[in-house]
Amino acid sequence: MLNIEIDGKQLTVEPGTSIIDAADAAGIYIPRFCYHKKLSVAANCRMCLVQVEKVPKPLPACATLVTDGMKVMTRSEIAIKAQKAVMEFLLINHPLDCPICDQGGECDLQDLAVGYGTGASRYTEEKRVVFNKNIGPLITTDMTRCINCTRCVRFGQEIGGMMEMGQTGRGEHAEITTFVERSINSELSGNIIDLCPVGALTSKPFRYSARAWELTARPSVSPHDGLGANLTVQTRSNQVMRVLPRDNEDINECWLSDKDRFAYEGLNSADRLQHPMIKRDGAWHECSWQEALDFAATQLKRIRDEQGEEQIAALASPHATLEELYLLQKLVRGIGSNNIDHRLRQPDFSADAGLQGAPWLGMSIADLSQLNSVLVVGSTLRADHPLIAMRLRQAAKRGAQLNLINPVDDDLLCPVANKSIVAPDAMVAALDQVRRALAGESADVTAQAIAASLKGGERKAVLLGNLAQHHPRYAELHALAQQIAELAGAQFGFLGEASNSVGAYLAGAVPSDGGMNAAQMLDDPRRAYILLGVEAELDSYNPGKTLAALQAAQLVVSLCAYKGKAPDYAHVLLPVAPFTETSGTFVNTEGRAQSFNAVVKPLGEARPAWKVLRVLGNLMELAGFDYDSSEQVQAEALTGDLSAKLNNRLKASATATAGLSVNGLQRIGEVSAYHADAIVRRAASLQKTAAAAIPGAWMNGETLAKVGATEGMDITVRQGEGHAVLKAMRDDRLPASCVRLAAGHPATTMLGGLMDEIVVERAG
Amino acid sequence: MANEVIFHSIHLPESWKLENYLKVGGYDALKKVLAEKMAPDAIIEQVKASVLRGRGGAGFPTGLKWSFMPKNYSGDKYLVCNSDEGEPGTFKDRDIIRLNPHQLIEGMIIGGYTLGAKAGYNYIHGEIWECYERFEAALDEARAAGLLGKNILGSGWDFDIHAHHGYGAYVCGEETALLESIEGKKGQPRFKPPFPASFGLYGKPTTINNTETLASIPYIVKHGGQKFLELGIPNNGGTKIFSVSGHVNNPGNFEIGMGTPFSELLKMAGGVKNGRKLKAVIPGGSSVPVVPGEIMMDLTMDYDSIAKAGSYLGAGSVIVMDDTVCMVKALERLSYFYFEESCGQCTPCREGTGWLYRVIHRIEHGLGKPEDLDLLESVAGNIMGRTICALGDAAAMPVQGMLKHYRNEFEYHIQHKKCMV
Repeated sequence: MLNIEIDGKQLTVEPGTSIIDAADAAGIYIPRFCYHKKLSVAANCRMCLVQVEKVPKPLPACATLVTDGMKVMTRSEIAIKAQKAVMEFLLINHPLDCPICDQGGECDLQDLAVGYGTGASRYTEEKRVVFNKNIGPLITTDMTRCINCTRCVRFGQEIGGMMEMGQTGRGEHAEITTFVERSINSELSGNIIDLCPVGALTSKPFRYSARAWELTARPSVSPHDGLGANLTVQTRSNQVMRVLPRDNEDINECWLSDKDRFAYEGLNSADRLQHPMIKRDGAWHECSWQEALDFAATQLKRIRDEQGEEQIAALASPHATLEELYLLQKLVRGIGSNNIDHRLRQPDFSADAGLQGAPWLGMSIADLSQLNSVLVVGSTLRADHPLIAMRLRQAAKRGAQLNLINPVDDDLLCPVANKSIVAPDAMVAALDQVRRALAGESADVTAQAIAASLKGGERKAVLLGNLAQHHPRYAELHALAQQIAELAGAQFGFLGEASNSVGAYLAGAVPSDGGMNAAQMLDDPRRAYILLGVEAELDSYNPGKTLAALQAAQLVVSLCAYKGKAPDYAHVLLPVAPFTETSGTFVNTEGRAQSFNAVVKPLGEARPAWKVLRVLGNLMELAGFDYDSSEQVQAEALTGDLSAKLNNRLKASATATAGLSVNGLQRIGEVSAYHADAIVRRAASLQKTAAAAIPGAWMNGETLAKVGATEGMDITVRQGEGHAVLKAMRDDRLPASCVRLAAGHPATTMLGGLMDEIVVERAG
Repeated sequence: MANEVIFHSIHLPESWKLENYLKVGGYDALKKVLAEKMAPDAIIEQVKASVLRGRGGAGFPTGLKWSFMPKNYSGDKYLVCNSDEGEPGTFKDRDIIRLNPHQLIEGMIIGGYTLGAKAGYNYIHGEIWECYERFEAALDEARAAGLLGKNILGSGWDFDIHAHHGYGAYVCGEETALLESIEGKKGQPRFKPPFPASFGLYGKPTTINNTETLASIPYIVKHGGQKFLELGIPNNGGTKIFSVSGHVNNPGNFEIGMGTPFSELLKMAGGVKNGRKLKAVIPGGSSVPVVPGEIMMDLTMDYDSIAKAGSYLGAGSVIVMDDTVCMVKALERLSYFYFEESCGQCTPCREGTGWLYRVIHRIEHGLGKPEDLDLLESVAGNIMGRTICALGDAAAMPVQGMLKHYRNEFEYHIQHKKCMV
């Protein structure tokens, strides 16, 4: 440890600490623009110049490491003079447009100019103008305001994984820009808005809509992927205006994925259901809550009494809160049915019998950063789990080995040690090869390399992604991955698909005692369905089959925040609140329960779903529905040690049964990232990104030729009764006889199972 | 005492050919090093004894710089020659490469041997393409003759040199920007520390020397450091090539002993053009403060003498100005150069060089204000010592020098909206 002195304060710091870090830790503020704790040191803004005893020139505090006995003066005459000079230089070409700048009120330059600037400028020459760039639908540029701190550039290189921003030109002509006319396409792009210390990069959706000081900031938790990113939701006049990251080193650090950041636009979509609605004589009418709830309760009772409780089934979104899921299952079980599930995109439930707890990450999210070797099975990682992908990328950059068994070969923006890119159907065999290699049996070269990588690492893990969970032979993948982890001494986990994938298990939103799972409820349609936050045609493994089951039902009660296509199959619509309008809890993929409060009042007549379910319970005359708060529900739902309920291991006795195999072409039906849940589907700006475009039918060259198509040609894809006309696209990294075709998008809702057989024809 | 060390063979036709270099004892020093298996430390001692100081402009003792290279480092190390000669007034390195490339190559090979480098790079300025081609041709000759590449002269030791040409950015002459440029990145200086001796090219220990510095090495090895030192004066060893330009009758490069009076150098350059009066001299390239002619005539050409006059010997780039020169116009041109060549990385230089230029441009065009001169001094002072690399200082010093000696010309310009001269 080194003894130093900053502004007369005696400090003891670790060797290798910079002056600015030492000062920050001691609560001494040194002004800065380019320095950021998560980025490399650039030392280019020069704002943090400080005086160091015995050094004639002022030194940048960000780039100067402390030495024993160092005496630093951050506010001496030399230091202040240097800092003020830098401030003057920064301001001479910076426009005086704070009144019309979106950054106004939360601008580092504006704030520091108060302390280090002067009332009038000595600069009387013409100011520099830098032309703006259109870099996509999420970020607005006002590049004349840029102070060239390069935080955005370094973010791309070091965190985002791709260098989308760079500095071209020299001297005064230096400007920050994307590569010639390119847009920003990173799934983490919005972070550069936070990083930009001035108003050069601001949020396009938020632009000109509010002033920073008009906003009220409230903590919340992301309702999207399994990470459970911590959010600061900013509101004004009972409306969500903006979402920013809330620092949590264990989860999202100081970052947010674009989905977490920009999806809020969907909250106030015109499609929001604002009144209870009921279908009378084939037509939809707005009605009172009383009427809607009475109708739902009466009809549910009637079907229970006339046709048996097993004719009632419930499907819930894994994006619903723990409390909602708990009350839904309590309601259904109170009715006497065990038909409840939240795993709408899972086709294979044969491992259920062997489950011993809620499948989870198997470790903490922070542990991912420390892995030496990891095998990811079936994942469109960057799209599904942007910040987990970022953590694995950082680990890979530090030398961790990333291994893949996957049907797609997307660029993970980091070195991949070994990969086996095979058709979905062949993933089981590929995984078995790794098991064989670990067990000392003969195996192919890639499997042996993956096995060696897993064996070699000290901290290692096998992770099953969304594509594995949506796989028709999921149980086999699960069992094999478990064996591999055991043989390699690795952790074993699941990348939770949704904000409450773990919480839904804990809440009991899974069938028990012979109840039907999501697939069975559709294979053997029920008379009545209760839907919680479900958009049937977009959220299920097989949209066609799901819609058919719902349309044939006598009663569909839909608790939903949006209308969507629900009027096509439901009989009563109960408007419920999205996460910003209700209190609740999400249990993220690492098994961390994170509760949050409503940040605004429910829109229109929408009500928190836990309250709606409570009343339904009362109207159904069920016992134990007398809650006063969501906290009471949570307390009942989460009793005992939460971590004891997390378990990825299948019982030894459980044997995986072979699921469906595919002849002909197999669909690789990943879920389009910006169509994965109801809120993000309606986020207008995200929908304008390239990632949200109408999916193409991607095949490798060989498969394209086999189906008689060429790149860019319109083709007809068929699954079951449904078909769609889409563009044929070529990606030679895809395995043969596969058609990669994203689900969740309106253009593909008429199709069948995500990884089922698919027929391709030239469009007539 | 002219042309003793580097230009000793330029009287020969096609002096750049290997056969001609060999005729004047070329590669003898390398042969001696390899035959005697000279200890690297012994070579460094000779370089130290020679008091050879970095010829790129900073004047840092070469022997000391070489001793900074980690000796027991297990990975690769590199030697880089800085031939990115871009400062206005400087044109010596291109003549070394043009007329005597093999001496540079020999110096680099000995340097590589001494420093334990895996390879050498010569970064050649982008606007002197023919020098790049000539250097490549010389490398080919040396390789064919077994002087370079694998198993040099049968010693079992491998060392190769790669020529790398820049694209004309002045800042790439800054050694860490040069390294970035070789690595294929944008030429912007790195923050130091770490210094190249610990984190240089591709993150490996690297020594960077100027062309003239490395071309002096064979002489030192062959004749001993003391002999080299004696070509100059104490603390300023050897000969130095001075590039004399501006208002002289015979501009060009002159290799003379350190400590030679400026008056003698001026005579060698044919005296002031058209017999006019010497007004001022920029003694070390456009970045150093100007020195009035009458002071200059009393100075000798060495680091210490010029420093006493408040300027720098720099790269020995002597810009001579006669009494027809308007100092406002001269400074406008100098400031424009630094405004154009600032890399844009750090704030004071990016913003300050443009500010300086615009104010001076205004004064030159009759739009000056009385307060402009204090402003110029203040802005130059605010750049000075606050930047990542020395380009900021290089932009500030000419302004400071001009205002120190010729403030009256600037005041006249502001008041009368025209030149004093």
